[in-house]
Amino acid sequence: MANGWLTDTLILLPLGGAVFIALAPLPRLAAGLVALAVSLVEIAFWGGALTAFDYAPGQPFVQLQDTTTWFGELGISYHVGFTGFALWLVGLTAIAMTAAVAYATWVRRDRARAYFASMLLLTSALVGVFAAQDYLLFYVFWEAMLIPLYVLIGVWGGAGRLRATLMFFIYTMAGSLLMLASIVVLGISHGSFDMIAGTAYSNSDWIFLGFVAAFVVKAPIFPFHGWLPDAYREAPAEVAGVLSGVVSKAAAYGFLYVAIVHFPKPTHDFRTPILVLAAIGLIYGSLLAFRAPDVRGVVAYSSLAQLGLITFGLFATNLAGFNGAVLQMVNHGLISAALFMLAGLLELRTGTGRFDRLGGMARGRPALATMLMTLGIIALAVPGSSAFAGEFLILTGVFTSGWGWSVVGAVAIVLAAMYMLRLISAVLHQSRGAAVEPTARDLRLPELGFLVPLVACLIFLSAWPAAVTDHTFGQTSQTPGLTRLR
Amino acid sequence: MTVASSIPTPHIDWFALSPSLILLGASATCLLAAVLLRARSRNWFSAVVTGGAFAGAFVAAALLYDTSPHPQEVIAGAIVRDRLGALAALIVCGTGLATVGVSWRMRLRAHRAEYYALLAAAGGGMVFLVTATSLITLFLALEWFSISLYVLCAIDGELEVRLEAGLKYLVVGGFGSAFLLFGSALVYGATGEVGFSQIAQATAARGLTHDALLVSGLAMILAGLGFKASAAPFHMWTPDVYEGAPTPLTGFMAGATKATALVLTLRLLNTAFPEERELWTIALAVIAVASLVIGNLGALVQRNVKRMLAYSSIAQAGFMLIPIAAGNSLGGRALLYYLIPYCAMSVAAFAVVAARERELGQAVTFENMAGLGWERPFLGVALWVCMLGFAGLPLTGGFVAKFYSFASAYDRGWVWLVIVGVVFTAVSLYYYFGLVRAIYMRAPAQVGLVHGGAEPPSKLAATGGQPPRELALQTAVLGCLVVVVGSFFFVEPLIKLCRMAAASLSF
Repeated sequence: MANGWLTDTLILLPLGGAVFIALAPLPRLAAGLVALAVSLVEIAFWGGALTAFDYAPGQPFVQLQDTTTWFGELGISYHVGFTGFALWLVGLTAIAMTAAVAYATWVRRDRARAYFASMLLLTSALVGVFAAQDYLLFYVFWEAMLIPLYVLIGVWGGAGRLRATLMFFIYTMAGSLLMLASIVVLGISHGSFDMIAGTAYSNSDWIFLGFVAAFVVKAPIFPFHGWLPDAYREAPAEVAGVLSGVVSKAAAYGFLYVAIVHFPKPTHDFRTPILVLAAIGLIYGSLLAFRAPDVRGVVAYSSLAQLGLITFGLFATNLAGFNGAVLQMVNHGLISAALFMLAGLLELRTGTGRFDRLGGMARGRPALATMLMTLGIIALAVPGSSAFAGEFLILTGVFTSGWGWSVVGAVAIVLAAMYMLRLISAVLHQSRGAAVEPTARDLRLPELGFLVPLVACLIFLSAWPAAVTDHTFGQTSQTPGLTRLR
Repeated sequence: MTVASSIPTPHIDWFALSPSLILLGASATCLLAAVLLRARSRNWFSAVVTGGAFAGAFVAAALLYDTSPHPQEVIAGAIVRDRLGALAALIVCGTGLATVGVSWRMRLRAHRAEYYALLAAAGGGMVFLVTATSLITLFLALEWFSISLYVLCAIDGELEVRLEAGLKYLVVGGFGSAFLLFGSALVYGATGEVGFSQIAQATAARGLTHDALLVSGLAMILAGLGFKASAAPFHMWTPDVYEGAPTPLTGFMAGATKATALVLTLRLLNTAFPEERELWTIALAVIAVASLVIGNLGALVQRNVKRMLAYSSIAQAGFMLIPIAAGNSLGGRALLYYLIPYCAMSVAAFAVVAARERELGQAVTFENMAGLGWERPFLGVALWVCMLGFAGLPLTGGFVAKFYSFASAYDRGWVWLVIVGVVFTAVSLYYYFGLVRAIYMRAPAQVGLVHGGAEPPSKLAATGGQPPRELALQTAVLGCLVVVVGSFFFVEPLIKLCRMAAASLSF
């Protein structure tokens, strides 16, 4: 099919980069620069895919497709392609991963070749998850994400990394394997694993729950977040950013594209329980974020809350909710990645992220203060920001299901303001903290080099949120799942 | 007229025998070399001969595969010439060839030529066994390779662990053979036949399906084969023998022996006992679940890497018994496909352990594996890929293998078996990734490197205390990795091979 090569390139380019870096005897800086170059080219190809995608009504729902038989007798193929909203998540992946690679190059991660190869492998797997149009292929990419993440946290993480990787691994594998069982049952009984073919829909509750198990753990949704605090605290800052910013979006994408689109009836049956869990996660995560003693804790638990909000939008199962959720996925991805990297830079300067040892950092550090303020204000969804647009759409969407859900959402937005302002105030204002040396430097130019683009994307989306929301479900009349829902 | 001429001699299809004959020839050559050559040349000579023989047998098996589209009983119904046997021979020979590479630098005080002679003889027995189509041939071939392996386990007789392993294997293996022989006798008693297909015909013709003699014979044969495949509850010998045996050989045993026993089980059950399908599918499902439980739970608590891999091989036997238990054609090719990456992973994983053992000079545990991933990047990646493969994660053939195995169980209508398999896959992740954690994420323990086998200490000093470069071992491991990863990407051609091989049987 036309332009299918763009999809293949987006998946294979980082993979090729990873293999090259793993094999070529490059010094540390060169490995980082090669990875950075590959990531930048990836962004360029994403731009190409965006222009090649036709958002006009009446166009196919999944475009840029490419198919190669993988093992034919069971109806499994390498079938890739992008939906309109998947393409935005690919963009988020490419941009956030580029920033993370730049961060890692700047802070000089040791064992650079293994590190950057893992990062590029992760990029490839993430893009693959968003592109897969075959259940088994989806599962392959889904698991492939885990392998580099396991190493990235386990090797380059903090002191408690072994416990963190174990928790992360056990939780996510338990979910994934349930998904695998569902995939086996679904695919073998239908004779095809293709996600687009007419047989790809199911009314079985058990199969649906198997998929949901994988997604609720990876997102995570309350009460499946047991791995979250350890993983987000112990991972290297940029990996935590990618984990909360991008990897969690793979789960949200799974909810939308796999669970909701392909399982309309079970989605309808299980809507209320999932909304209740999302609501609990939203409030509980916000409260934990407000109580968290350090920067990473706030961002980690706010991630739990934000994923609850996104799930709200998705399981509103209407167009406003979907649009809001996709916009909020992109927003939260950018915000979370940037905030974790800022947290990492703070830790590099002060050796800690604890609020009782931080404070007063705004004085003499205008760049740091500006970045943190801007990010914080967008994150707390000030009217006019892109997060406001996303959350507003989500609340509109969920309002049609019952005003009670909107009240929960609105309360959570107030709580978001509380924890974000507490974070800003505890780091930037108040008296100078014990860990803050007067000589601690402001953000330096290269550091701004990878933070400013993330913030610029957010400001762009604040000015024009319709860039995303008008280009997600333009062709919904073509999607059996979505039309059946409306 | 003399007596000899009155006995009709069967027509002998030498080509069908060629893989076995090549390996036996190599075995004889190595034994001659042990006597005729000087000690210095024995090692490389017999290694080259054995490696060449495995390669030659591989080629012969490939030709056999190509030229035997229709199963055909040859040599008076003793063996069958078909694609199933040829594919199994390919797997065994590939495993053997890699094992020769891994054994190249092994530390062995004496009997180096005999080691290779016995390895080739064991390989010959295995490729003969997978073509067996009568109970007599089955027992002969089984003893043929088993006896070679008993001796191989104990070949370094100065080491107590080796002797212990050899003795234990001999006693328990003899026990298993006795079971098998007694079971065969019962089956013969019930049906009056020893040929696989004749047994099936007699059973069907005389309505013996629920005959007590036949069923108990079948049960005892299954037990005997269970010993060889180290499936629970016939697994007790496995951890001790795997731990005590020379490490390169352990990889061969875990791969080839298990493959042979499982292929034979598949063939025997489907050709000789199709009438009892209802019985043996359930029996094998129970054995598979038992192997999964015991193998996985046992592996969880191991600190010695070889013991962990031994328990893991019990668990893997469980996963490979699932498709046989499914008793359908999907299961047949699922098993054959599973064996391809499985054998490669077994050899490669034990090869890494062997390399570590050589540089440490002591038993390899999770503790002294620490840091291997950074000291020897290639071996680290190899071990990592093997662990991913055993765990059935993507980018390795292990994933497709497990997927096929579950698919065959689902096809049989056994969702519960799929769920049991998935649950124990989850359990297995703990110890497989535990090893990855040990080699990459733990701080290296203080372990002194000792000089490797053929390396004199002075030469080691010249390389600055670097671990020895083991080209043969690394090449073998690389070959195995290509199989493990390649079988993930090229499923279609491999499954076609397996499908045509499984078509030799009627399901």
